[in-house]
Amino acid sequence: MIGTIVQTSFRSLRRDRGAFLMSFILPIGFFTIFGFVFGSMRTSGTPRVAVLVVDQDRTDASRALVRGLEREPSLDAVTRPKATKENPAPADYSEASAQDAVRNGDAPAALVIPAGFGANPISFAPGGSRPTFRILHDSSDPVAAQVVAGMLQKVVMTSLPSMMAEAGSREFSSWVGGLTPQQRRQMDTGLGQLRKYEQEQDAQPAATPKSTTDSAADLSGMVSVDIQDVVGGKKRNPMISYYAAGVGVMFLLFTASAAGGSLLDESDSGALDRVLSARVSMTTLLAGKLAWCTLLAISQLILMFLWAALVFHLDLFTHIPGFLIMTVCTAFAVASFGMLLASVTRTRGQLAAFSTLIILTMSALGGSMFPKFLMSNAMLLVGRFTFNSWAISGYTKVFWRDESIRALGPEIAVLLTSAVVLFLLARWFARKWEYA
Amino acid sequence: MTTVPASTAVTNGPTAVPREHPPLNVDSVVKRFGASTAVAGVSLEIPQGASFGLLGPNGAGKSTLIRSIVGRVRPDSGSIRIFGHAVGSAAARAELGWVPQELALYPLLSCRENLQAFGRYQGLGGKTLEDAIAWCLDWAALADRSKTPVKTLSGGMKRRLNMAAGLIHRPRLILLDEPTVGVDPQSRNRIFEMVEALRDDGATIIYTTHYMEEAERLCDTIAIIDHGHIIAMGSKEALVAKTFGTSSSVLMHVGPATTDLAAWAAARGGTATDNSVLVSVEKPTEIAALLEAAALDRLEILDVTLQRPNLESVFLHLTGKELRA
Repeated sequence: MIGTIVQTSFRSLRRDRGAFLMSFILPIGFFTIFGFVFGSMRTSGTPRVAVLVVDQDRTDASRALVRGLEREPSLDAVTRPKATKENPAPADYSEASAQDAVRNGDAPAALVIPAGFGANPISFAPGGSRPTFRILHDSSDPVAAQVVAGMLQKVVMTSLPSMMAEAGSREFSSWVGGLTPQQRRQMDTGLGQLRKYEQEQDAQPAATPKSTTDSAADLSGMVSVDIQDVVGGKKRNPMISYYAAGVGVMFLLFTASAAGGSLLDESDSGALDRVLSARVSMTTLLAGKLAWCTLLAISQLILMFLWAALVFHLDLFTHIPGFLIMTVCTAFAVASFGMLLASVTRTRGQLAAFSTLIILTMSALGGSMFPKFLMSNAMLLVGRFTFNSWAISGYTKVFWRDESIRALGPEIAVLLTSAVVLFLLARWFARKWEYA
Repeated sequence: MTTVPASTAVTNGPTAVPREHPPLNVDSVVKRFGASTAVAGVSLEIPQGASFGLLGPNGAGKSTLIRSIVGRVRPDSGSIRIFGHAVGSAAARAELGWVPQELALYPLLSCRENLQAFGRYQGLGGKTLEDAIAWCLDWAALADRSKTPVKTLSGGMKRRLNMAAGLIHRPRLILLDEPTVGVDPQSRNRIFEMVEALRDDGATIIYTTHYMEEAERLCDTIAIIDHGHIIAMGSKEALVAKTFGTSSSVLMHVGPATTDLAAWAAARGGTATDNSVLVSVEKPTEIAALLEAAALDRLEILDVTLQRPNLESVFLHLTGKELRA
């Protein structure tokens, strides 16, 4: 008896070829995607942290430090914005322009090399007159500032060995009451060799990565660093809008897929035939389903953010216009995606398997499952092809950066264009329901 | 072109009135699915007020023809017009009411909500819609169940609501596709009454069924379709007469016989199987001569039945299949 039940179930699954294949492809496919995602993270090391470097010192020492930062493989250090058609030769970052760039989300942190660094760069003792570096950071990325601070200590040591040795010898000399002339000559010879080594290092291309196995942990404190929040410092819960958007969009995708699946149910029951034999065209029917899915998604997002405001103190009520615009655009795009999924598949089984694979993949790559600051640049680039990424980006602009509605232009354009394109595709695939 | 005879047919002549388009005109419709031809050049015209039964064994092309009339199947060639309007046009959709074989309803919605939805899909609104819903609930005897979710209704009630949902816009041409499938005799009788009410109101009805008694009761004209062709069409009496003439069958069961039963039957133009003989007669009075001959040949007659051919016989004769097979 049990054997018959198993056999019947197997035959039913096997007859639904799409669902049958997806039953096996889904786990393998998802595993493969995660393997690539996390495998690439391991082989490429820690994701590079973008940092804007402002050189206020303008000495040989500060320039050597900048070059060292640019060579550091765990950092993506830049001193000026990328050239554009409008501005083919952009000026170096100033403290103000770097701060604006961090606020705009161009980079999670900016490092300001203070004036006077070259004259008194490092100290092996606490206190002293050494100038303080400042890291201006966006606290929505809690990792970036710490990475920059740590890497700064390392780079100071590895790119300025002569300066470190010179300062060390001065320190040593002051402690032991001065060096003999012979000791001084030997010290100068050694420093000369270190300077030659620095010049050789400077001659190497900046993009050449070096080993990342060095540890700077035991050198922390050689330079003084002050970390300052320039975005979200006064916010009570830095990541809540990120997760509200990320989790919200992921479940919205599942909801839209299920709502779109009502087309398959109605096709099975014959209700679709009856509706289409009345004065309802396929386009009208799909548009009606799209409207319903969009309203459902809007309701879910509103509930999600109201909950975030109530429980996690998200500042929802001072961001209503931006929130509404992002919510409508996101819901519209997600609903269109649900229509497409339903129209591409032929059975509920296929829809469930197909949508699970796509939605979980999109959510993983788009930032719904893992914070974007933990992702490599390659992952971030791939993630730009997901709704999740654009929705998170838009909501972050609204709630975290307090940006104007105009700043949401790219997100609105991408989401609305996607919605229209996906709906047109869904309409094209829905021809299968129109006529036999 | 096969035209259904109708007393209301208008003839051309010196006193001819402008002829209204027939409710349904099917002209040389062909539909193929791959190498299989489901409908092979069907032509027919159904006049106003006709009650037209479409019978056919499974796979004969009946469903494809019906779905073509509804606009859910696009023929490869030929044309279908409803009151002169091309199938699929807004005017044709307004004139046609389709009751599909499936229970094409929203199971979680109430009877009223279902009717409301399908009424709006047909372009009704406001008081017109409310009046239509009231008529449907009354016609389907579901007024006291208007707020009941469909999934909790009995099979017969669902069938009646299924019919009402297809006819809420009061179309003039009604296509009922096996509306009594899976219902108990009491509910079936109620459905018959509903169909008869529509017929009495002057609607033109196309009715498909696997139950011969339904076709005999509800349809004045019957067409039999097989292998994509309409192989016979007319009233029940005309079909029987055309197929079997005026003859009847006499079935005699006999006791153990010493005579060669097959030879005895063959000599009278009949057949014999085991202990029964089937002979064709033109008049019932010929039975007396048969009985006399049997007595002379010492055949013991156990019982005699005079069988008049019916629609079932016609169907079996023409298609070689039982209607409900």
